[in-house]
Amino acid sequence: MAFFQMKKMILAWTFRKPITTKYPFEPRKICPGSRGRLDIKISDCIFCTLCAKRCPTQALDVDRENKKWHIDRLRCISCGYCVEVCPKKCLNLTGDHGIPTVTKDMETF
Amino acid sequence: MGTRTIIPFGPQHPVLPEPIHIDLVVEDEKVVEAVPSIGFIHRGLEKLVEKKDYIEYVYVAERICGICSFIHGQTYCQGIEEIMKIEIPTRAKYLRTIWGELSRIHSHLLWAGLMADAFGFESLFMHTWRVREQVLDLIEATTGGRVIFGSCKVGGARRDIPPEQMAWLLKELEVIEKEMRLIVDIFMNDNSVKHRLCGVGVISREDAILLGAVGPTLRGSGVADDMRLLKYAAFGELDFEPISKTDGDSYSRCAVRCSELFQSVDLIRQAAAKMPAGEIAVKVTGNPDGEFFSRVEQPRGEVVYYIKGNGTKNLTRFRARTPTFANVPPLVKMLAGCELADVPVLVLTIDPCISCTER
Amino acid sequence: MIEEQTIIAVMPETLVAETRKMRDQGYRLVQICVTRLGEELQLDYTFDLNRKFVNFRFLQPKIGARVPSVSGIYWCAFTYENEISDLFGVQVDGNALDFKGTFYKTAMKHPFIQDAAPASVPAPAKPGDK
Ligand code: SF4
Ligand code: SF4
Repeated sequence: MAFFQMKKMILAWTFRKPITTKYPFEPRKICPGSRGRLDIKISDCIFCTLCAKRCPTQALDVDRENKKWHIDRLRCISCGYCVEVCPKKCLNLTGDHGIPTVTKDMETF
Repeated sequence: MGTRTIIPFGPQHPVLPEPIHIDLVVEDEKVVEAVPSIGFIHRGLEKLVEKKDYIEYVYVAERICGICSFIHGQTYCQGIEEIMKIEIPTRAKYLRTIWGELSRIHSHLLWAGLMADAFGFESLFMHTWRVREQVLDLIEATTGGRVIFGSCKVGGARRDIPPEQMAWLLKELEVIEKEMRLIVDIFMNDNSVKHRLCGVGVISREDAILLGAVGPTLRGSGVADDMRLLKYAAFGELDFEPISKTDGDSYSRCAVRCSELFQSVDLIRQAAAKMPAGEIAVKVTGNPDGEFFSRVEQPRGEVVYYIKGNGTKNLTRFRARTPTFANVPPLVKMLAGCELADVPVLVLTIDPCISCTER
Repeated sequence: MIEEQTIIAVMPETLVAETRKMRDQGYRLVQICVTRLGEELQLDYTFDLNRKFVNFRFLQPKIGARVPSVSGIYWCAFTYENEISDLFGVQVDGNALDFKGTFYKTAMKHPFIQDAAPASVPAPAKPGDK
């Protein structure tokens, strides 16, 4: 049995830089391959509605007639299913996680 | 004999990350009886299968719990694959094994931190979670999500770990293992930690079986039962022994989890060495028709899914019996007769995950 | 095939006796599960001993299902039995720790035997409306 086994670790970390960052002022390091905000290259989209049909949370709405593509960012869970099914590969998930919002709006492309 | 008083514990309590309520009948400082009550956040996810088709439901299954999310998805997919007689590629099996073990490491570290917090060892809590953060980074780099992996699908895996990334993962894991050794050393040897854990909440081997305990709660009482021995995913080809300790107290449950950290690291190394190249998913057509009880070992213990399909894209029944649900009766037994001050520690030794319990 | 799963048909009357036999052999109660099959309920009692899987099964009517409690044999069955009585309205006789319908605090009574509500997820908001 040892008394205060942690002293070594505490002593060592007393002289180190903290590993936490001052988050909102210092941007977070983004891991490559992280699933974040859904991005669309609208010029490639053929409005086939496949992504909207498959999306498990019904976050997407594709308007075939008017050639518009809508997304409800607060519904999207960044699962990547739409990215997989899109025949034109015009969707992708960026590592960026978006900004906070106070209204529930659809974003239109 | 003192007078009996009822003290409500929870649903909001500093040590509880999630709502569970226990009525403690105390006599002086001793708890004589405990009556649990859950159901504060029942979400009815089992009923949701009637509205989501079986492929979409993977995302729901993963969200049953934030900590063992991957293994929930895996259990569900395994069940469906078993019903539909899909043989998934070997590489996908290995990938699932690796991610499952990574999630076990992060879950046990999370638990260890919360445990340190419960007995008031704030700095140990911070350092444990510092190490856990590095594990989460590995998970994010390989799957794209920090807690919701989203990398399992019916028919295989949705992402591959390329060889360079695997080499990087193993190198990082070595660093993490070193850090974990330091942390585990504190949990196992520090006298203030031992003082809070040794001899507290003893469950005998017979009681553990009768009360239906699972996972580390069962193994901490000397029963070497681990669902990974069913040889699902790639566990049939890996070499491991379930870890069990015989004392049945909080300290031995803690010791089981601490040893499992290193067991998981070892399993990941073995799996990485043996992983064959090849496809990671097969195409799935048709709808499930049949039934299966899918059982997988989660960080908290055995999870049982009952899946029944009827040949349409919606399942007839999906039922999840999660490990914490099975560990509530042992907890109630442990609480009867303990000191009031030990209640938070005991509640945490079963590693409660209430959102699992309430699906 | 991951594992062999033995499913044994029992009668509600013999359930308690059969369960006692399982306990004497050292089995662990894994779960109690109810499945709604149209107008009937299928009850499953699952046991495990060293990863050997045994399941007892019988049917009950959807309304007025009644089963004897096994919590006298496996005390831990009280959680499952409260669950099935709260979610499926199965009446369990002699539960060791009966919460009398308050184990889960649900908005409607016995939600799992109700038919699915017709409208599923609300349609996503159209652009322009708040
Ligand atoms: S699936 Fe791709 S091409 Fe089709 S509508 Fe969606 S984004 Fe456009
Ligand atoms: S990422 Fe998933 S949730 Fe988001 S829009 Fe695509 S399919 Fe829907």
